[in-house]
Amino acid sequence: MIDIAFAHRQGAFALDVRMQLPDSGVTGLFGTSGAGKSTVADVIAGLIRPEDGRIAIGETVLFDSTRGVAVAPERRRIGYVFQEARLFPHMNVRTNLRFGARRRGGAGPGAFDQVVDLLGLEPLLDRRTRHLSGGEAQRVAIGRALLSDPELLIMDEPLSSLDQQRRDDVLPHLERLAADTGIPMIYITHSIEEIIRLADHLAVMANGAVIACGPIQDVMARPDVPALNDRRDAGTLLQTTVAGHFDEDHLSALRFGEHTLLVPRTERAKGSPLALRILARDVSLALEPPQRSSVMNVLPGQVQGIHPRGDGHVDVSVDTGQIIRARITRRSADDLSLRVGLHLYALVKSVAFAERDAFRRHAEEDH
Amino acid sequence: MPTPAETEALLLSLRVAVWSVLGSLPPAIAIAWLLARTRFPGHALLNGLLHIPLVVPPVVIGYLLLVFLGRRGPGGVFLENVFGITLGFTWQGAAVASAIVAFPLMLRAIRQSIEAVDRRLEQAARTLGAGSANAFCTVTLPLIAPGVFAGMVLSFARSLGEFGATITFVSSIPGETRTLPLALYAATQVPGGEPQATRLVIISVALAMIALVGSEWLARRTRHYASGGP
Repeated sequence: MIDIAFAHRQGAFALDVRMQLPDSGVTGLFGTSGAGKSTVADVIAGLIRPEDGRIAIGETVLFDSTRGVAVAPERRRIGYVFQEARLFPHMNVRTNLRFGARRRGGAGPGAFDQVVDLLGLEPLLDRRTRHLSGGEAQRVAIGRALLSDPELLIMDEPLSSLDQQRRDDVLPHLERLAADTGIPMIYITHSIEEIIRLADHLAVMANGAVIACGPIQDVMARPDVPALNDRRDAGTLLQTTVAGHFDEDHLSALRFGEHTLLVPRTERAKGSPLALRILARDVSLALEPPQRSSVMNVLPGQVQGIHPRGDGHVDVSVDTGQIIRARITRRSADDLSLRVGLHLYALVKSVAFAERDAFRRHAEEDH
Repeated sequence: MPTPAETEALLLSLRVAVWSVLGSLPPAIAIAWLLARTRFPGHALLNGLLHIPLVVPPVVIGYLLLVFLGRRGPGGVFLENVFGITLGFTWQGAAVASAIVAFPLMLRAIRQSIEAVDRRLEQAARTLGAGSANAFCTVTLPLIAPGVFAGMVLSFARSLGEFGATITFVSSIPGETRTLPLALYAATQVPGGEPQATRLVIISVALAMIALVGSEWLARRTRHYASGGP
């Protein structure tokens, strides 16, 4: 368990952060810019000393204001990948990569080659850092952090300074990293797409505080997290299993609970798990199953919560075994006389695959 | 060809300047780091004090040195008794005078280059297992090398040209403290010394030119290295 609790004041900005994160897998730390995410990263890494609090990774206490413990950053074994790569300009790629390894005794024999291989750094090794593209530099920075043999890897918006093409270049490496290394990771971002592709666990920050923290599916299903819900692409995650394929129709059937969903053909094998992202705006509600409709996916469920929004819309959480959210107009909600406990049907117009599954498959094939 | 006396003055000038630069380099780096990277009570005062040699006439510095570090000054007596070092009327004293006069120049150049180094690189080094001293030596120092070098060149040049503080503190003793500028001044003070003065002027200018060209070449190499050239 990674235990983070601290209070810190920076000028007029006050942080009061409390969260417990699992010590495996990827935790997304999500929030708009200015929410205090990078400060949290600096505090965990020891670059900022908070006024009080306690930070511990398992049994290792890194900071404890009541006991006067404050481990220096160089002794924390936290790999930190910054927003900008922060490569040392007077060293080539190889020397940069070895910087941490040399000081921490390295991540074990063969680690260098493994990391070079994992991140595709072989052709860059003898290059000077200023000749690297943004994406290449960021990959080197990730490798450098990994080779310092970290107990925890923090990535602070490693893709935000890159253009879309470079992101697509680095993201698959991050996905493999998450699956292959087994090092717990805190991934800071304000991109919901990156969270969905990478994170298993999600912590949401707003105004210097953690307002939600838990398994990603649970947090995504919460209606009361503005950072997640006040956006056009608000939605929930659905864990399903591939039940079969209909090749002539280019469709696949997915099962969750007693329900079957028809979705565009996926490459995944029958029986394998698949996470779906269903956007609230793609879900409509009906009191009776529609007759002769083009909507293929009609899921019976029960209203679990009704959350009025300021913009004339209402978010309705429907329990179909897993939570699906529908964003409908207030007038529609009134016409349907929605109330908690009402049985109805969620009509899912389209789904988005959470792309992380594409990589998980890739990672599984590697083993 | 220079006469033995001219060669003596030339070599003495070089020796004084080299020791002045080398001796002031470590404290200049340490104090520049302190001023650039930390805030403490008396920060502005220290900065001001260290800049005094830049704004007062060198003679004032020479006089103060004479009073405190001269053979009868409290500091001079202490150094003499404890370390057996005599600064008054010795070439070492000339080096100290040069170092103090040139110190602000070196300090400013190094401080500015430290301020220009991205602290975030030092932070990155810390998270990679380097202690603060190690991070300074392996990241900051190589990156400020051009600035350090510029500071050394400035202070070397200033030392070569030092006159007022030197003549006041250690006088103008041939073979001991009579550097090129002092020798030139001495030549102008004797009747018919003009040819001698002219020769010393030529030597001074030649030395300055060689030093300039050499430092320019070295500076380019240092910059190239620090910026990660191929």
